[in-house]
Amino acid sequence: MEQVLFWLMAVVAVVSALTTISSRRPVHSALAFLVTLLSLAVLFLLLSAQFVAVIQIIIYAGAILVLFLFVIMLLNAQSGEGPQIKLPSQRPLAIALALLLFGGLSYLLLSSPLGAARPLPAGMGTVQAVGGILFNHFLLPFEVASVLLLVGVIGAVVLTVKEDEQPK
Amino acid sequence: MPSNISLLALVLITIVKGAVLIGALLMAFAYGTWLERRLVGRFQLRLGPNRVGPLGLMQPMADGVKVIFKEDFVPAQADRLAYWLAPALVVAVALTAFAVIPFGPPSVKLFGVPLFYISNVNVGILLILAVTSIGAYGVILGGWASNSKYSLLGGLRSTAQLISYELGVGLAILGVILLAGTLELPQIVEQQAGTWFGFLPRWNIFLQPLGFLLYSIGALAETNRAPFDLPEAEQELTTGYQTEYGGMKSAMFYMAEYIDIVLVSSIATLLFLGGWQGPFIQQLPGLGVLWFLVKVLAFVFIFIWLRATLPRIRYDQLMDLGWKVVLPLALLNLLLTALIVLIWPWLGGGG
Repeated sequence: MEQVLFWLMAVVAVVSALTTISSRRPVHSALAFLVTLLSLAVLFLLLSAQFVAVIQIIIYAGAILVLFLFVIMLLNAQSGEGPQIKLPSQRPLAIALALLLFGGLSYLLLSSPLGAARPLPAGMGTVQAVGGILFNHFLLPFEVASVLLLVGVIGAVVLTVKEDEQPK
Repeated sequence: MPSNISLLALVLITIVKGAVLIGALLMAFAYGTWLERRLVGRFQLRLGPNRVGPLGLMQPMADGVKVIFKEDFVPAQADRLAYWLAPALVVAVALTAFAVIPFGPPSVKLFGVPLFYISNVNVGILLILAVTSIGAYGVILGGWASNSKYSLLGGLRSTAQLISYELGVGLAILGVILLAGTLELPQIVEQQAGTWFGFLPRWNIFLQPLGFLLYSIGALAETNRAPFDLPEAEQELTTGYQTEYGGMKSAMFYMAEYIDIVLVSSIATLLFLGGWQGPFIQQLPGLGVLWFLVKVLAFVFIFIWLRATLPRIRYDQLMDLGWKVVLPLALLNLLLTALIVLIWPWLGGGG
């Protein structure tokens, strides 16, 4: 059962990812990306990471990608066609870098001794487990990240209010 | 997951339960429209539809037949894929969220699995938030794909509204989660069993009155209902993102709207009104479904009542309310709840 689901979702993820980069209309690309995100969420579920799967959908699919769609629609609402700007020698450079990444990943995967999976500790991946680890073991990084996010929020507010305009 | 029955049997039982649930929800949609038209008629000193069948009870069927036989057109230069996908997506999302809604106590079992809900997952209420957040795509795609400026503006407005109020709703729900100490809906309801001082039910609404108010406002806005039904402000945008939709596809947007109303009413019932808790629940656990449905119906009635009573607010007022009133108050509620749970842990069932 898990094997079947894994292969199904893996194929869906790869095909939709390919559609994302090959589709001519940006909106279709965004939709294909949505499918990729959703199939990744199912893969997280298969790894018994329930919390990560749900957060993946809420944050990425529910918020970030909606903003992508907003931007696409507001910039070229009529045709949905993207701008045709190309960097010189973009294509050969992209192919070379992609091959490099593929080679590096393959090397790591093939050279690492991947044994049989260890049995998971009870309650792994549940909200309680993730929360416990986040607030005990990773407390400092967690707080640092929240300060970073706060800076981001304040920055967004500052950028929105124009200089000559008094905030109401 | 119970291990004493085979996987195949479990899958079959789940499919049957899902099919029954979908059938029930479609009926709820059909009679939701009937209830709304009859009630709004009464509120406006009219009779409402009463010609088709006794009390007009066959009106939804007549409407259904009419809608199915309508011409199925696609506007010129519409993006066909997105145009077809949008209504299907909103309905699918609305139905999917019900997979984790418990209608009755888990102690009532059939073939060893709880009868009154399809599944109970650890992330419970978060899963509902995740699934409903996908619904925004239906709205934004429907608006864009129609290739019409009314639709596009309506779709953008609607999506902005959904995203803004999703935050407030999420924060309002967090208060209940802090009290309960769990995200699993059946457990949250179990903790609301019993009474305080012998007469007041231990419902979360009495611990979280502000949270309940904020959730209700957010729920109205999330379902695009009056007084927050700006995306369909007729005078400005005709019917917003649905303008270019006709026939069955248009009906599907309405279907999603009514199913969403039932969904947010169910969540309010589970989180704040004690779910299936009620008198005689100990002796007859199956009675819980009745109490649950009564509470949901009461909430749906309030939805319709508000629509007939309140005028629509302006778009800037809507955004101001969402970001400057609901969100800060929800944060305050969360802070107060966290403090109280820290000082008196016995108040919440979670401890």
